[in-house]
Amino acid sequence: MTVDTVDVEWADPAPIPVRSKEVRRLGRVIIRFAGDSGDGMQLTGDRFTSETASFGNDLSTLPNFPAEIRAPAGTLPGVSSFQLHFADHDILTPGDAPDVLVAMNPAALKANIADVPRGGEVIVNTDEFAKRAMAKVGYDVSPLEDGSLDGYRVHPVPLTTLTVEALKEFGLSRKEAERSKNMFALGLLSWMYHRPTEGTETFLRSKFAKRPQIAEANITAFRAGWNFGETTEDFAVSYEIAPATAAFAPGVYRNISGNLALSYGLIAASRQAGLPLYLGSYPITPASDILHELSRHKNFGVRTFQAEDEIAGIGAALGAAFGGALAVTTTSGPGVALKSETIGLAVSLELPLVVVDIQRGGPSTGLPTKTEQADLLQAMYGRNGEAPVPVVAPRTPADCFDAALDAARIALAYRTPVFLLSDGYLANGSEPWRIPDTAELPDLTTPFATGPNHTLADGTEVFWPYKRDPDTLARPWAVPGTAGLEHRIGGIEKQDGTGNISYDPANHEHMVRTRQAKIDNIAVPDLTVDDPDGARLLVLGWGSTYGPITAAVRRLRTEGLPVAQAHLRHLNPFPANLGAVLAAYDRIVIPEMNLGQLTSLIRARYLVDARAHTQVNGMPFKAEQLATVLKEALHD
Amino acid sequence: MTDTQTAPTPAPAPLSLVPAAQARQSAKDFKSDQEVRWCPGCGDYAVLAAVQGFMPTLGLARENIVFVSGIGCSSRFPYYMNTYGMHSIHGRAPAIATGLATSRQDLSVWVVTGDGDALSIGGNHLIHALRRNVNLKILLFNNRIYGLTKGQYSPTSETGKLTKSSPMGSLEAPFNPVSLALGAEASFVARTVDSDRKHLTDVLQQAALHPGTALVEIYQNCNIFNDGAFEVLKDRDQAAEAVIRLEHGQPIRFGTDHHKGVVRDPATGDLHVVEAAGNEDRILTHDAHATHPTTAFALSRLADPDTLHHTPIGVFRSIQRPVYDTQMTHQLDTATQQHGPGDLTTLLTGNDTWTVAG
Repeated sequence: MTVDTVDVEWADPAPIPVRSKEVRRLGRVIIRFAGDSGDGMQLTGDRFTSETASFGNDLSTLPNFPAEIRAPAGTLPGVSSFQLHFADHDILTPGDAPDVLVAMNPAALKANIADVPRGGEVIVNTDEFAKRAMAKVGYDVSPLEDGSLDGYRVHPVPLTTLTVEALKEFGLSRKEAERSKNMFALGLLSWMYHRPTEGTETFLRSKFAKRPQIAEANITAFRAGWNFGETTEDFAVSYEIAPATAAFAPGVYRNISGNLALSYGLIAASRQAGLPLYLGSYPITPASDILHELSRHKNFGVRTFQAEDEIAGIGAALGAAFGGALAVTTTSGPGVALKSETIGLAVSLELPLVVVDIQRGGPSTGLPTKTEQADLLQAMYGRNGEAPVPVVAPRTPADCFDAALDAARIALAYRTPVFLLSDGYLANGSEPWRIPDTAELPDLTTPFATGPNHTLADGTEVFWPYKRDPDTLARPWAVPGTAGLEHRIGGIEKQDGTGNISYDPANHEHMVRTRQAKIDNIAVPDLTVDDPDGARLLVLGWGSTYGPITAAVRRLRTEGLPVAQAHLRHLNPFPANLGAVLAAYDRIVIPEMNLGQLTSLIRARYLVDARAHTQVNGMPFKAEQLATVLKEALHD
Repeated sequence: MTDTQTAPTPAPAPLSLVPAAQARQSAKDFKSDQEVRWCPGCGDYAVLAAVQGFMPTLGLARENIVFVSGIGCSSRFPYYMNTYGMHSIHGRAPAIATGLATSRQDLSVWVVTGDGDALSIGGNHLIHALRRNVNLKILLFNNRIYGLTKGQYSPTSETGKLTKSSPMGSLEAPFNPVSLALGAEASFVARTVDSDRKHLTDVLQQAALHPGTALVEIYQNCNIFNDGAFEVLKDRDQAAEAVIRLEHGQPIRFGTDHHKGVVRDPATGDLHVVEAAGNEDRILTHDAHATHPTTAFALSRLADPDTLHHTPIGVFRSIQRPVYDTQMTHQLDTATQQHGPGDLTTLLTGNDTWTVAG
């Protein structure tokens, strides 16, 4: 396996016939497109990603955008960027630092140049470097002329002018023509990195199907960018990154983002359970895309209900669960806070419910478009009373599919609300996904109660809504419409078995302990540890830190430093072997995008000296920094 | 209109999707085995008896009826009905019931709530349920006081109300639930009184048969914390002059020998009570089906908030408009007609794939 630690590999030029210029082969490249919020950088990044995916490279993406829809033009807070890491081998992160920065304006340059290592390539749209635009971000002198970019390979390109020139036949206003400059940039980068172009052209024709002139203008700009690369002397070299053939198991692949994979996982779970999917939700960044996606698939029997608030979103979902649906609510941290009381009711009612939390920076409104893992303790404990809820966390964008199925499995089998803790980084990031064979998806069939389940002393057959399955401790799911099973449930403490209101102290003690035991006994697979070298140091993670942690671990191992790695999917209950795993290592480091929430849980539960390495800057960990932290942990 | 929009679908005949009872039912069939635990003398008993007595007349399968409640004295109601039921959390019953009703068209879903539950902590869910016109029947027990928490003023208590939390008098102006519901675009709004079994039953019947959300405000006596709040509407000697019985298609007249009537002031559009004699041709005829809620709203403002004189009861408004759950189901059907039943493999595969050979 090729490792992630190798920097850009410069190989001998391998010219290909159709190209007139030198071609070099690279192992991997990190590109960052940066521009104004209105410049279409996310679309440009998405298209380059699609081209790259269809070419067969492994890839990982990091969209990064402000919470404002259109922040003031040309300002630093308004900069939107999209970073893409692609390679001829398997990779795990969107990359620490871009090899190539495309800066569409002075703000984009200023906000991003510090991340580009010296020697990196910087493509600058010189048209936007007017005095006023530069002054807006504090450039008194043009950075293109004052020598501050001397260490970089700068390509000054008048992107706007070239685009307008290329589109002059279209009779568009200058403003309309300028809008295609992102496609010019995409064309240029597509030339530089030998990306296939058919997909983008097809995409543009379909996107602007109702405005064919705009479609053709964008395609013309895209081709003009490609041709510009091929003809201008400033771009002397183009690069090939071979498909990552060895990185992928045989199969059919597509590129997928975390929120899309999660949406598909929910639809798949609905099919595998044979139950209609019901989503009750209120729009919130970064979870809204799941509401949007599920709303598109009504022909799967999916009902989506955009509620008046977060509370009604989960309320409607819980009502649908009572009626026998696979019920889901989707939100982010602030929404979870509002839903807490209803989650507690679901714990008491013991009905299946998937609560999806796409975590973002907090507290309060926090950083809506940035990532964080700081809702773990909210998911674990954010309710009144003893109200245990299982917690499941995906580790990569594509893994959101499997994690959604797993959350639904637990919810249905144990009749309990389940937290599915994704985050903004997984939600918007994307990677190649091997499309699963739907015949091999897990069976989630959950039978409803159909008749009496208890015999009274006098021989009468009755239905007891809180008589439990002895193995799972789940209570029967008796849905309205089933004759003879009419029953009343509620949030008041219930008598064991009958479900009638009970204030009896001994019964409450029994019920609290039983609800806890039900969650503690949920079947989750043992934690697997990757430890080829008999390490003394274990790095333990959960959720979206999987990519950076794994990349960092590879770096250490390449240097001959032994380090063991384990990653938790189930945060509640923990895998049964977790205690034994922890006990086997001298040192345990837990990197988290919070102030040590998993570390607190681990230390409290297992009495081990696990150390947190924390970061709360709204961005994922960088592999290099994590590698340094792990090295330090090895040596002290 | 684009092809993805759907024209309003006519609502199916009311309750036609709910299975019928297999055998003749009686009130006893709707009594659960649970001991009723309201205070002796509470108005809730009368409402429970009326509901249990009227349910058999609907002829619906008992297992397809669900009562959902929030928190408060009245919200214990579902425990006493031998149907499916959920006693949920404070204020959220309309939201939970919306999820149930929109996912199960074969159910008759009822919400039982109180003035605190529906109008204070759950106000948002109530107005949005009414706006959407989900197939829900909401029974709002209004006793103008907080009972379960032992006697604080509620959002319908009169200004100046002396309670434990307002020893110098409540500073708050009350909601008028009927006005509020009309403002929230309710398609069916009625008011009735706990002690008038016949009227209560008649209103419930009309609510049950209404396609969409029906709100029934029930004036209910809390004999512990707000006894006699509606006495003027119940007392034989006073009621005739205090209560205006609304009946669709009938002139709005009341009082002993119907000597009073309601007329519209042509200058302001406001409604006034006048002596009927000499004003016969000016007296309004009640039109519950009027497209505009203007007159219904004016009727809801007729009562004197302090004395409750001139309190209309009956159905203020009952109009037909698209029912949310019917429309939701229609969109699913339309999507299936347009695209065929969902195929998971096709969905997962999408449009942009590549193959890695083995």
